[in-house]
Amino acid sequence: MHSQKFEQHFMAVTRFETIFIMTPVLSEQQMKETVERYLAFLKENKAKVIHEENWGLRKLAYPIQHKSTGFYQLVEFECEGSMIESLEVEFSRDEAIMRFLTVKLDNDGIKYNERRREKQKNLEQKKAEIL
Amino acid sequence: MTLVNEPINQERKRKKFCWFKKNNIRYIDYKDPNFLLKFVNEQGKVTPRRITGTSLKYQRKLSTAIKRARQLALLPYVGDSLK
Repeated sequence: MHSQKFEQHFMAVTRFETIFIMTPVLSEQQMKETVERYLAFLKENKAKVIHEENWGLRKLAYPIQHKSTGFYQLVEFECEGSMIESLEVEFSRDEAIMRFLTVKLDNDGIKYNERRREKQKNLEQKKAEIL
Repeated sequence: MTLVNEPINQERKRKKFCWFKKNNIRYIDYKDPNFLLKFVNEQGKVTPRRITGTSLKYQRKLSTAIKRARQLALLPYVGDSLK
């Protein structure tokens, strides 16, 4: 019999954060579809999506694949570490995705992101009040 | 006339300090290019510790944050007149 701690060690879920950049060739509708496809992929692999944010069409600091703009998408989720590999394979196979970066978050990072979200909420509320 | 080895009265230089330690910041966000721009020179290179006074611990975190931002095209690898 394994102790509880032992099991926890192997079932450990980690907090990750992924940003991927999609080509500007896609229409708004297609862009949303690709995002949904990846969110569905995460759910299939038993990942818990915590936060999801679309930055819209942004200018790149330097051209990637001869394109100067791209759709940015941020996803924060919790899952087992072994799943990241399959996610990144999926990204690199997809032609719609120009660039991606997955980062493991430590405790400070998780706290920072929570505060960032709160700030954004407050900003949105203030904007709504003004309008 | 002054003697050769006589000390010249100089104003005391202000001591540099680590910005992150002073403001109690523990996580450096790579998603915020406008903030990272403070620690980068005109060409887009990371400014050295001897100039900014950042402590080694945070300089390391800062440089990884800048490198991540570069990968995501939030910051340029090379540029001129960024400021």
